[in-house]
Amino acid sequence: MTALLEVEDLRVAYGKIEAVKGISFSVEAGQIVTLIGTNGAGKTTTLRTLSGLIKPVAGRIVFDGQPLARVPAHKIVSLGLAHSPEGRHIFPRLTIEQNLQLGAFLRKDSAGITKDIQRAYELFPILGERQKQAAGTLSGGEQQMLAMGRALMCQPKLLMLDEPSMGLSPIMMQKIMHTIVELKAQGTTILLVEQNAQAALSLADQGHVMEIGKIVLSGTGSNLLHDESVRKAYLGED
Amino acid sequence: MNTLPQQLANGLFLGSMYGLIAIGYTMVYGIVQLINFAHGEIFMTGGFGALTVYTSLPDGTSIWVALPLMVIGGSLVAVLIAIGAERFAYRPLRGAPRLAPLITAIGLSLALQQAVFNWYPKADNALSFPQLPGGPFHVGSISIQSGDIFLVVVAVICMSGLAAFVRTSRTGRAMQATAQDPDTAQLMGIDTNRIIVIAFAIGGLFAAVAAVASGLKYGQVKYDMGFQAGLKAFTAAVLGGIGNIYGAMLGGLVLGIAESCASAYISNIPGMEQLGGGSWANVWAFVLLIVVLLVRPQGLLGERVADRA
Repeated sequence: MTALLEVEDLRVAYGKIEAVKGISFSVEAGQIVTLIGTNGAGKTTTLRTLSGLIKPVAGRIVFDGQPLARVPAHKIVSLGLAHSPEGRHIFPRLTIEQNLQLGAFLRKDSAGITKDIQRAYELFPILGERQKQAAGTLSGGEQQMLAMGRALMCQPKLLMLDEPSMGLSPIMMQKIMHTIVELKAQGTTILLVEQNAQAALSLADQGHVMEIGKIVLSGTGSNLLHDESVRKAYLGED
Repeated sequence: MNTLPQQLANGLFLGSMYGLIAIGYTMVYGIVQLINFAHGEIFMTGGFGALTVYTSLPDGTSIWVALPLMVIGGSLVAVLIAIGAERFAYRPLRGAPRLAPLITAIGLSLALQQAVFNWYPKADNALSFPQLPGGPFHVGSISIQSGDIFLVVVAVICMSGLAAFVRTSRTGRAMQATAQDPDTAQLMGIDTNRIIVIAFAIGGLFAAVAAVASGLKYGQVKYDMGFQAGLKAFTAAVLGGIGNIYGAMLGGLVLGIAESCASAYISNIPGMEQLGGGSWANVWAFVLLIVVLLVRPQGLLGERVADRA
């Protein structure tokens, strides 16, 4: 069986500076795969390249059997690849409901959209309570929920989450991580980028450690979690 | 003639025109953060487009038949030039430092002016524009020209149409999303290039409508008419809060009314007898801009940019 997402020798550069220096990995349908690593490792650049916001210098991206490298960003969504960006990037002056509707921008089935908005409110009840409120007034954790809910609105085959735990309280972070597991149980495939290696590895099927543009270590989530060098470098142990 | 209601009415007419042109500056700025300094010239080409339609109609055509055709012809010209400018002058510079598209805009503005000056027949002087018959009409102590009625009617139609379009249509929602966060808008599946083209097209359309109104009001079009009108409309857009369409409308009206009242009344203030009249109108318009920006740097209806983070 071929993977849902296959990345081969991907290289991305900003001008002359190469941010991603030839990485390869794949995501099987139904899995949670995580990319961990410090700031500047190239994790966010990788996701932005996958969703078409940045064009790669070289390499192959195949999603659901289709090569992506030359597809413009706004068409990639329609193939079933959703991206919840780093820093949440909700539309601050639109309401929560309008943000969710934008997540379904390309869908034509208004009944299905209404149903999925209800589903997002069930997943995150706080959003349902504030549906007519401007999204910019939400707290960081609530904005993260909205960003995730919005990404789910396109009924993605693959959901890419960039730093969903960034800036959240421990309780809020637990809730987000719990939601990720729940989404997996419902059949969503997830590619998770995190600086919080502990949290990400403990729920991932596969993990890849990135360092300055390269994947330096790969393995199952629990193997990496117990790996000596990972524990030293990312989990703060001596 | 110098009654307050008359001055307010004059200001309202002038302000409606500024507001219509200001929409083009504010929508483009709101979406691509570019000050399209060629917008005044897009306005001007709209006027020449309309005049071309008028002169090519058979003699004796009723102005009521000609007027809609002139609006359509002028809009077509202005929209095509606006879209062309975006596609061939600004889009290639999308990722460049801000100064590059700004200088391009100034260059395009000069190029359009000179093209009309050199190639449009007899355009080195003002060309006379048809007038609407009837009028002036009198409402109480106010006297209104028929051209001004056209101006106010089209301004109300355009502005309320635009407000409804942005608030309720799917494309309008996509425009709001693109203005607030263009990268994320693409992640939603919005073709932001298309949205940018639409913003330029709406700006061109409104500018052309304003140009026809201006031609009817002043009875002429001239190759350099876009300079002053564009500068005032840009001032109106900044005054109202650039990027905000309601701000452009409000800024236009405030500027128009301030200008007409200042030229009528400033000279009544002891010691300022020399500073009234039409020749000082521009001075007061820019004084108003400076005062407003000192108190509210984001403009009357502008939003602080802080909430972008």
